[in-house]
Amino acid sequence: MTHHEYDVVIVGAGGAGMRAALESSQRARTAVLTKLYPTRSHTGAAQGGMAAALANVEDDSAEWHVFDTIKGGDYLVDQDAAEILCNEAIDAVLDLEKMGLPFNRTPDGKVDQRRFGGHTRNHGEAAVRRACYSADRTGHMILQTLYQQCIKQEVEFFNEYYVLDLILDGDPQQAGPGEEVAVAGVVALELSTGEVHTFRAKSVIFATGGAGKIFKTTSNAHTLTGDGMGIALTAGLPLEDMEFFQFHPTGLAGLGILLSEAARGEGGILRNSEGERFMERYAPTIKDLAPRDMVARAMANEVREGRGAGPHKDYVLLDLTHLEPAHIDEKLPDITEFARTYLGVEPYTEPVPVYPTAHYAMGGIPTTVKGEVLRNNTDVVKGLYAAGECACVSVHGANRLGTNSLLDINVFGRRAGIAAAEYAASVEAAPVLRDDAAARVEGIVTRLLGTVGGEGTARVADVRKALQETMDRNVQVFRDAASLEEARGVVAELKKRYESVAIHDRGRRFNTDLLEAIELGFLLEIAEVVVEGALAREESRGGHYREDFPTRDDERFLHHTMAYATPDGVRLDTKPVVITKYQPMERKY
Amino acid sequence: MTATVETPAVGEVASIQVKLRILRSNPEGTADHAPGEAYWQEFEIEAHATDRVLDALHKIKWEQDGSLAFRRSCAHGVCGSDAMRINARNRLACKTLLKDLNPAKPIIVEPIKGLPVEKDLIVDMEPFFASYREIMPFLMTTGNAPTRERLQSPEERQRFDDTTKCIMCAACTTSCPVFWTDGQYFGPQAIVGAHRFIFDSRDEGQWDRLEILNDKAGVWKCRTAFNCTEACPRGIEVTKAISEVKKALTTGEI
Repeated sequence: MTHHEYDVVIVGAGGAGMRAALESSQRARTAVLTKLYPTRSHTGAAQGGMAAALANVEDDSAEWHVFDTIKGGDYLVDQDAAEILCNEAIDAVLDLEKMGLPFNRTPDGKVDQRRFGGHTRNHGEAAVRRACYSADRTGHMILQTLYQQCIKQEVEFFNEYYVLDLILDGDPQQAGPGEEVAVAGVVALELSTGEVHTFRAKSVIFATGGAGKIFKTTSNAHTLTGDGMGIALTAGLPLEDMEFFQFHPTGLAGLGILLSEAARGEGGILRNSEGERFMERYAPTIKDLAPRDMVARAMANEVREGRGAGPHKDYVLLDLTHLEPAHIDEKLPDITEFARTYLGVEPYTEPVPVYPTAHYAMGGIPTTVKGEVLRNNTDVVKGLYAAGECACVSVHGANRLGTNSLLDINVFGRRAGIAAAEYAASVEAAPVLRDDAAARVEGIVTRLLGTVGGEGTARVADVRKALQETMDRNVQVFRDAASLEEARGVVAELKKRYESVAIHDRGRRFNTDLLEAIELGFLLEIAEVVVEGALAREESRGGHYREDFPTRDDERFLHHTMAYATPDGVRLDTKPVVITKYQPMERKY
Repeated sequence: MTATVETPAVGEVASIQVKLRILRSNPEGTADHAPGEAYWQEFEIEAHATDRVLDALHKIKWEQDGSLAFRRSCAHGVCGSDAMRINARNRLACKTLLKDLNPAKPIIVEPIKGLPVEKDLIVDMEPFFASYREIMPFLMTTGNAPTRERLQSPEERQRFDDTTKCIMCAACTTSCPVFWTDGQYFGPQAIVGAHRFIFDSRDEGQWDRLEILNDKAGVWKCRTAFNCTEACPRGIEVTKAISEVKKALTTGEI
């Protein structure tokens, strides 16, 4: 075992982690621990753009952006956080441009902007061009640019170090109100050697991304297994609003590979088997550019009412055939190549089969607007921060608008990086790491390695598949008490099976079999929280749609869900929504 | 996304028997092989023609041999984790469909060449990233930054568009015969990374970078074998980018 000491440790090297590192490493001795090489992070798969009211191509204002974000999030957004997000958006884009990000340009050389779902002019009048973009690989460009800046600043990376435990100096659930609980460090498994490392740090930032692999059909990478959220939960911290999961309307049918909303921003149209532009019925004003939750539900509804396309009538069609091939090549080159490569469909001449795909967790580790992690509704854990998809500020509420996540990672990654470094400078030393700090991780690794050739009968892949199938079947776009009860039962049974899971690789080095077994443990924890939150929320709001409670119920549910892991299962609590300017209204587009 | 073995994407696709011959090695040794010893192992699986090689590898790992080691993440060709040698060509396992290989013969899968093998299909990427860091892959400017964005015309932006697509999978560099034999050569990817900045109208560090590439480890090692261009899963014209750098060095003009 090797021991390390830093002022700030950042867990995760996607957009939020590296944006934080750029700030923190200028102010404090910083280490970035990442399960993957930084350039492999899933920020790189984001396509369409990053929202900011630059008003480079038409009239726009940050205030309209704030309103759209709140309405898009079905009024579960914390409005003070949304104001920060949208006001700081402009500098966030300009900062990236100055770092060298190659945005697409207007004829006069400014950052170009395009339309995206739910982003409107003057509180919903019409779609507005707010998304700053770089073809359909904006996330790739952001990830590359941030990595390049990290090289320039000589940020210290620990690549392929898989963080598995968070060490605090007290029990966050037992500690009373106002009592201090502080971060002491993290424990990580070095994948190339199998060695366990302890990192003592004054500040720790979690930027570990999402948990899309709880579902079968997802745009998420294999590696997005909710690790950071799972670690936080195990450490006694709450997760907020986990029942809100975004299903992106346009995943390649059967595969889930993401086709950017930019396809519709650039003029693409969704059609059912009858060729009808069905979004005109669901969102008469902005049609195909309605927010994702509405479009995904409309698509699923077309399919279940028998208007799906294809031999099994189980998808709808994304029609780009009326766009000029040159325009497609310039603005949407990657996603059209995905259609060709994986479905053998030529988007110039044929519509592309699409169906909703699990895409984004609106919920996560609750934080303040400075990125400080909350251990209950009001107390923060000293020195602990979270940013990006693993966090819940909450700027996305019940449904995130497209292009607001690339914005989120930059605005709140930056804020967390600054706050973490400033806190580190303000304290003498981190709490002492006990000698047995690594015991839990050592225990997990030893136990799983001990299953090789043993009695265990369950396979990691089988348990994971069963989990993903039940989540797709029961906790997707449409939910009700019966489907959620079924998912609850299956998840509980799978958690039992997980105890008898056996792996096959006995080695310490690059034991990816062991890695997948650990990841599965996190997936099961997260899935349970999603299901419990969804069962308790007897209303429909944003990405959470209950067929047995089809309307929003502000009377009972205009609050965040706070989920805690306890020995007796998940305990749910609530947290008030911060409302500054915009009282909840009916959500029509 | 998940493996598609059970549910073909669109319409019905018949399942096929596929053999994969994988070049393996285990740094800690196995019952039959010494630590680090390279050996071939053949697996047979049932798959669909529309499956990716990555799906086939997952099927082996998840159903037959959990110790098979390879990197992967996004599974649709944008993260650059799973470059490997498939039927003697560098490709991304997640972007290569079984139907595009000859299913009558075993599919040969090996780690990419020229980087130290760690375990099975996993290689040590550090020398590759070290070359990238050498060429100062970040925007260099002088003077005060403007308050708004730096202006750049669409034409200026287009000038280096191709090389911004790079996902650093190392398919190009590890397909280069010079890189295999010459431990000093930066390799094509580092030159692509430099090209992306040299031809960016906002950058002022182009001559520093060109000086690095003019070095004995630099562009003059390139013998225009075109392997890199053929290997690039992003369709970047790598050899063309290298010649543009060479031309800038000979003419002194960008």
